[in-house]
Amino acid sequence: MAIDLFRIDDRLIHGQVVVGWGQPLDLTFIVLVDDEVATSEWEQELYRMGVPPEMEVHFDTVEAAAAKLAEYQRDERRGALLTGDIETMTRLVELTGAIERVNLGGIHHRTGRTQRLRYIFLAPDEEKSLRALAARGVDVSAQDVPAARPLALHEVLSGDGNR
Amino acid sequence: MSESEPSTPRAIVAGHGDFAAGLVSAVGQITGRGEVFVPLSNRDLSAVDVERAMRQHVESLGLTVVFTDLPAGSCTMAARRLQRERPSMVIVTGTNLATLLDFVFHTDIPAIQAAQHAAEKGRAALAATGGTPSGN
Repeated sequence: MAIDLFRIDDRLIHGQVVVGWGQPLDLTFIVLVDDEVATSEWEQELYRMGVPPEMEVHFDTVEAAAAKLAEYQRDERRGALLTGDIETMTRLVELTGAIERVNLGGIHHRTGRTQRLRYIFLAPDEEKSLRALAARGVDVSAQDVPAARPLALHEVLSGDGNR
Repeated sequence: MSESEPSTPRAIVAGHGDFAAGLVSAVGQITGRGEVFVPLSNRDLSAVDVERAMRQHVESLGLTVVFTDLPAGSCTMAARRLQRERPSMVIVTGTNLATLLDFVFHTDIPAIQAAQHAAEKGRAALAATGGTPSGN
């Protein structure tokens, strides 16, 4: 079973993840990878309050998550790994070489970004990073909720996903 | 003497999609007091943008109560971040129509107390009836 979903979402733990993906995938643990959250007890408590008590949450730095990924992948339960930005996921991919699929779940508006989908806005350097991930063989697609059709990276970058 | 006029905004209702707009619309239809709430949707907003929008309402209107939908939702997360700076703020999660209806009729007490009372009403309104196999 292990980690079924490697997701980039700037909201990290929220309704779409806990309920939208959590219920159909029967997720029982979440690995939240964020260097700042991993060192803030208050932030961790905030995110813990958002999940049902039966769902486990691990807070890791990128380095810690990379070191523990094989262990997470051996878990017999189903889980999701979340990062809040492309850079963090890219570092994790580079450190582990063991992530085959990345889901773009929510990268929202910020100065310098261009809208690609309703829920995906990208800056030029972020697009470059995503292309580099794909060039490494990582299957990158956008899908906010399980019921939506996954959109391949080329559809995201071309804006075809909006048609 | 009432604590505030019925039509003065006293709380934010925040959630996914049209959750807030729908509930506030229903409150307006039933009581004519929809203006008591400021609806906020997190649709297509980052966590930072949700918090910014909520903060703007809280600060400009002096609000101390936020009603949200899911405990895990980004609106609840944003409200909790604001609550960290304002410990007296009240957040009610799992909001339903009964909750808001109770709140709008308690303008004679401070909004914080009205929210706590409304949460109890909302909880009490949740029920499942029926389910008896036919023929029994």
